[in-house]
Amino acid sequence: MFNEYNPINKIMFQVIDNQGKVIDSKLMPNISDERALKAYKDMLFARTADLQIVNYQRQGRIYTYPPNYGQEAISGATATIIEEKDWLVPAFREMGAMLAKGVSLKELFLLFMGYEEGNAFKNANKVLPISVPIASQLLHATGIGYEIKYNKKNELVYAFVGDGGTSEGDFHEAVNFAGVWKVPVIFIIQNNQYGISTPTRIQTASESLAIKAIAYGVKGIQVDGNDYFAMLRALEEAKKVCERGEGPILIEAVTYRKGAHTTSDDPTKYRTKEEEEAWDKKDPLRRLSQYLKDKDLWSDDQEEKIVEQYKKEVDRQFIEAENFPEYKPEDIFKYMYAEMPQELKDQEHSLMEFYRWKNEKVSQTSKK
Amino acid sequence: MKIMNLVGAINDALDIKLNEDKNVIVFGQDVGVEGGVFRVTENLQKKYGKERVFDSPLAESGIVGTAIGMSVAGLRPVVEMQFSGFVYPAMNQIISHASRMRNRSRGKLETPMVIRMPYGGGINALEHHSESMEALFGHIPGLKVIAPSTPHDAKGMLISAIESNDTILYMEPKRIYRAIKQEVKEGKYTIELGKANVVSPGKDITVVTFGAMVREVQKAMVMAKELGISVELIDLRSIYPIDRETIRNSIKKTGRILTVTEGPKSFGLGAEISQIAIEEAFLYLEAPPARVSGYDIIVPLPKGEHHYMQDAYKILYEIERNVKY
Repeated sequence: MFNEYNPINKIMFQVIDNQGKVIDSKLMPNISDERALKAYKDMLFARTADLQIVNYQRQGRIYTYPPNYGQEAISGATATIIEEKDWLVPAFREMGAMLAKGVSLKELFLLFMGYEEGNAFKNANKVLPISVPIASQLLHATGIGYEIKYNKKNELVYAFVGDGGTSEGDFHEAVNFAGVWKVPVIFIIQNNQYGISTPTRIQTASESLAIKAIAYGVKGIQVDGNDYFAMLRALEEAKKVCERGEGPILIEAVTYRKGAHTTSDDPTKYRTKEEEEAWDKKDPLRRLSQYLKDKDLWSDDQEEKIVEQYKKEVDRQFIEAENFPEYKPEDIFKYMYAEMPQELKDQEHSLMEFYRWKNEKVSQTSKK
Repeated sequence: MKIMNLVGAINDALDIKLNEDKNVIVFGQDVGVEGGVFRVTENLQKKYGKERVFDSPLAESGIVGTAIGMSVAGLRPVVEMQFSGFVYPAMNQIISHASRMRNRSRGKLETPMVIRMPYGGGINALEHHSESMEALFGHIPGLKVIAPSTPHDAKGMLISAIESNDTILYMEPKRIYRAIKQEVKEGKYTIELGKANVVSPGKDITVVTFGAMVREVQKAMVMAKELGISVELIDLRSIYPIDRETIRNSIKKTGRILTVTEGPKSFGLGAEISQIAIEEAFLYLEAPPARVSGYDIIVPLPKGEHHYMQDAYKILYEIERNVKY
């Protein structure tokens, strides 16, 4: 597959068309109808949650949030293939993959409500926290890959970055190191066409992002990131390559950020309605649901009902997050070092002294 | 005169210099079409074209490094780091080249450029969007570090920075980007770099601060006044070099000094200023120099940030303690 779809050939790997019709059945991944249906439901859940969060943000119940809207198939396919033993190294638009690893929606809410606990992932192992400094996490993925190889483990790393991130030095260093070390890392570029307002053509003069793999001596492929089956098949093949010790792999997943960069962003400043409408025709959920409907596995009725259920579940977890205990002053100090230095203990003490003084002061003022 | 906030004043300064000097080039992430995530560079691309105001690839080191090349070749780039928390990939270029080129070439080459970056907390942001690392930059020999606290200063200081033949790190207090409006002179004016501003004279204690904290100190001063304490407020404007003379003269008058900074406590700007007080006004001091700063921790996410921040009460607390000492 990686020979045929060598990025130099300039062909994007696709399995279903915009109407959900299979282009060539030989290209289909190894997946049962049941699993495909589950994947669709998970993607639908992620989308429902995502749209709800934007609403919560508008209501002032959550701070800045970067939506996944339109990119669900990439995380959806990763969710299908990633295992307990594998590592997930996210950027910040991989909700579906994170949920599949056992991160809870409530934790994601906590993070965007402003609690570090949202990055603690109580029930998920081998997931790195969301990485805000663009592309910096990819080097960590390569390092984890080294550990896997060093200890001869049968594990994989799924590492994410956006199109903008491919301009950072860390991206190049990470893929280069991984290529030299031949580590089992699957780098997935979510090319959603924009780094905030900046279109991909301003990020690079390369024909594609996948083609960058060639310079590092790494196998690469450009995939229709809005095609769930194409993403899954590409990941399956990438996994086989890594298991043979021939990794890493670089996948460019071509998609579109249907929402804003974050809730602070206004895309009307830099893109047209026509462009948004053209991409809407390639919507990943619609394509997969059409495929399932054609096989009588899904209906609009079912969808309507389940979305209502999902909305309730999202609300339930959101309200749980809203009722999270108040942020204690000691919590800003206690995770800084394995053992707290005296200097920090003294600083914590001075904060407490200040609070005692302030409480007195405020109560005096209110008595006046 | 025209009513402006900080965003408008910075935009005006860029506009004036772009108009006046064809060597001025403005670039960075999202500064062109979008006009910057905070709209600081709004409309400048429309007005001056894509060769002079443009979006760069997403790479801080690339932005600063190419600006160094432009500046040694004769241009005057003004680049933007989208948030100061993302400047670190560019630190190599700043420390290893921008701040060294003149000395290294014995004055033959210079890097007249401005690195603009919004800094500071109190805006309920995600991780890496709230830092105030002025001490880190002040510690780099060869770099000048400045930060305005008002629209008037923002405009005049940026024009001076662009005209300077040094590399200037221009820290923008994003928390007050739109919070402070005042009448700003139209057209070009400059403010001498390296000079602090005595914002309001007082007699009991000197409070030295900069950027967004000026406003917090002013709030504390209202409460201090009720307690009969008169504060002399100094806005540093320039973090490096520090205006030692203004600080020294003020301490000689008040006998007390408090610094208010947002960065972590240890090795911070407060310590540097306290040392100036000790070295240059020791015999005038009636109390040990005091500081309000951050703690030696990562700025907490929004729900915990108030524990970290330097609000009017924290400032008043230290003022009171120092005066009662």
